[in-house]
Amino acid sequence: MTATFEHARPAACPACVGAPAAEHLADLPKQARVMLSLPGIHCAACISGVERTLMAVPGVMDARVNLTLRRAAVEAGADITAEDLSAVLARAGYEAHELDPGVLAMTEADRQGRDLMMRLAVAFFAMMNVMLLSVAVWSGADGVTRDMMHWISAAIAIPAVIFCGRPFYASAWGALRGGRLNMDVPISLAIGLAVGTSLYETIHSGHHAYFDAAIMLCFFLLAGRYLDHRTRASARSAAQELAALEVPRATRLTDAGEAVVSVADLAPGDIVRVKPGGRIPVDGVVTAGTSELDRALMTGESLPVYAGPGHAVSAGEVNLTGPLTVEVRAAGRDTALHRIADLVAVAEAGRNNYTSLADQAAKLYAPGVHILSFLAAVGWYLYTQDLRIALNIAAAVLIITCPCALGLAVPAVTTAASGRLFRKGLLIKDGTALERLAEADTVVFDKTGTLTTGTPEAVDLSVIPRAHAPVALALAAASSHPLAEALARGLRDRGVTPAAVADITEKAGYGVEGIWQGQAVRLGRAGWTGAKDSPETATYLRVGDTAPLAIAFTDTLREGAAELVASLRAQGKRVMMISGDSRTAVDRFAARIGIDEAVAEALPEQKVAAVQAIAEAGGKVLMVGDGLNDTAALAAAHVSISPASALDAARSASDMVLMGRSLSPVADAITTAGSAGRRIRENFTIATVYNVLAVPLAVVGLCSPLIAALAMSASSLTVSLNAIRLK
Amino acid sequence: MDVLGILIPVSLFLGLVGLGIFFWMLKRGQFDDPEGDAHRILREDYDDHPKS
Repeated sequence: MTATFEHARPAACPACVGAPAAEHLADLPKQARVMLSLPGIHCAACISGVERTLMAVPGVMDARVNLTLRRAAVEAGADITAEDLSAVLARAGYEAHELDPGVLAMTEADRQGRDLMMRLAVAFFAMMNVMLLSVAVWSGADGVTRDMMHWISAAIAIPAVIFCGRPFYASAWGALRGGRLNMDVPISLAIGLAVGTSLYETIHSGHHAYFDAAIMLCFFLLAGRYLDHRTRASARSAAQELAALEVPRATRLTDAGEAVVSVADLAPGDIVRVKPGGRIPVDGVVTAGTSELDRALMTGESLPVYAGPGHAVSAGEVNLTGPLTVEVRAAGRDTALHRIADLVAVAEAGRNNYTSLADQAAKLYAPGVHILSFLAAVGWYLYTQDLRIALNIAAAVLIITCPCALGLAVPAVTTAASGRLFRKGLLIKDGTALERLAEADTVVFDKTGTLTTGTPEAVDLSVIPRAHAPVALALAAASSHPLAEALARGLRDRGVTPAAVADITEKAGYGVEGIWQGQAVRLGRAGWTGAKDSPETATYLRVGDTAPLAIAFTDTLREGAAELVASLRAQGKRVMMISGDSRTAVDRFAARIGIDEAVAEALPEQKVAAVQAIAEAGGKVLMVGDGLNDTAALAAAHVSISPASALDAARSASDMVLMGRSLSPVADAITTAGSAGRRIRENFTIATVYNVLAVPLAVVGLCSPLIAALAMSASSLTVSLNAIRLK
Repeated sequence: MDVLGILIPVSLFLGLVGLGIFFWMLKRGQFDDPEGDAHRILREDYDDHPKS
């Protein structure tokens, strides 16, 4: 799919050579760093294979595979483009997609991860050492020895807590300044109060110091944060960095000649030229040239449509066969492309603000903890008139209720779940996506490019007489029209070799013709070959004066699509298909794949309306789509998935991205989401039970540092172990 | 109890050395691809003539 649009890059376009402006634009740095996404790799042989394949390409200086992130980084000369490398890998049997080497953004995410890891390491070091000293105190060290242990603990714990807790303090401060309470407020307060009272106790040679508890709290919470960060950062960067397909440049024709300009500089009335394979940058009218347009991503139509002088075209469509000269009617913000973008913005604003399970818990938890520890402190102060005891109790309550387990409950489960799904080729971009996916009860599919691969395949090639097949192949190979390409592919697979056809010329918008053994041969549209037009998708072959032969085509089913629909129906979900394609094509396809509810000829607005109507009736929609026409519906749905071949806009509007070709991970994702939701709720229950047991101890003043340490680590471990159980 | 005067500084020092080594490894990117590194040691590509 991606390959269709890639020739729009200026560097790879031979026609740009000679145009000085274009040459300037194509002036890339000498050494380009190419990043490729490799969703299919999984073992040592894959690493070796990919690296060896890449290194064998002339001009590649270094190639390194990262198996954890399913990526390859390639150091290559400027003349090597990512699509060359993907093609080489595809021939070697590895699926590869280009990643935008937004190196800056990536190192940024990386830096954050390393920062957290650093703090985690410091917390671990400090925790282990302080714990060692605390064991001495718990086992009965007394007097001067105990004080010394406390002082050394303080010397280790105080700097460590200040360094490690920074992410929490920053977030808590941000929340307080905004007048809100989040989970980090009680955390910061607990750490601060514990360290403060412990220091006071140490100075006055008291019995109890909570340095170990404070640093342990930091460690467990940082572990949760780090897991959370790692899951989201890797998925987000990969999803966003899949190369942008839109090229914001156009070739403008003026009296002075051709010039490559930015689309933003175009005004209505300008004349632009769109080469075959290029994306139309503006809305306009064709003034010269004939061609065919691929509108699949704009409207969902699976078949190319004819375009000639006088036909209206809109931005985002792809010119397939012949060069077109287009008079600009609208550019930039006024184009149909932008109207869809506006529709997305509206749909996103209308989307309910989903409150994640963690947020719901925090909303109950944070005020509750504060009130409880405040009441305990007040009670003890009134009872003993001793502020020191009262503060000690307040600190103990805050520490014992510390949301260690709560802080790990969600991240541990989502890490386990998204790791599983990542290995199957599904990226989760949004932290709450799994929770929302678990709630989905209606699944809405787009047709073209989602349930189908968007490439046609011939229904039955044996209709072509044996003698004519080589002629058909010779003609088909000369065209880049999707039907011709599919025909050529199909014939080559059957072992046909092209015949010697002379004078092959492509008549853009009509077909290909040539001379074979003295007879005129044509492959193309019905009218042009003298055949009767039929509603079927077909191309026609005419050899000499024989009757034209229809070669029918059908959409290729995407891998795993039929199984997915069947399994969704078995799970009792409502399955729908909303497509922009024609009635006959949609109905035939729906019957083939087993979907009862199918809407055809839907405009982007109607897709959104359909999704919203289901939502208003109480349904939770999972939308799966790839086109620009689906983008608004993807944004409006409760949760959404798009394939890697989808347009940039569609991918960024959806919550999850399928990295591979197959649709089957979607079914896995739904199952995993369901069990992840159950695990998260179980984890909350565990954390609550532990609090219910331990809080009374703290309130009545029976909570020693030993009990706090045991309770804290026990609850964190149970929660993590429960998360690993995820199937 | 006097031995604590030696043991505690020694254990802290050793811990700090470990922490330092961890930071160094983190900076060198040794944790960037744990899964891949686990597989890499199994292949024979560079056994006879190491890459660098």
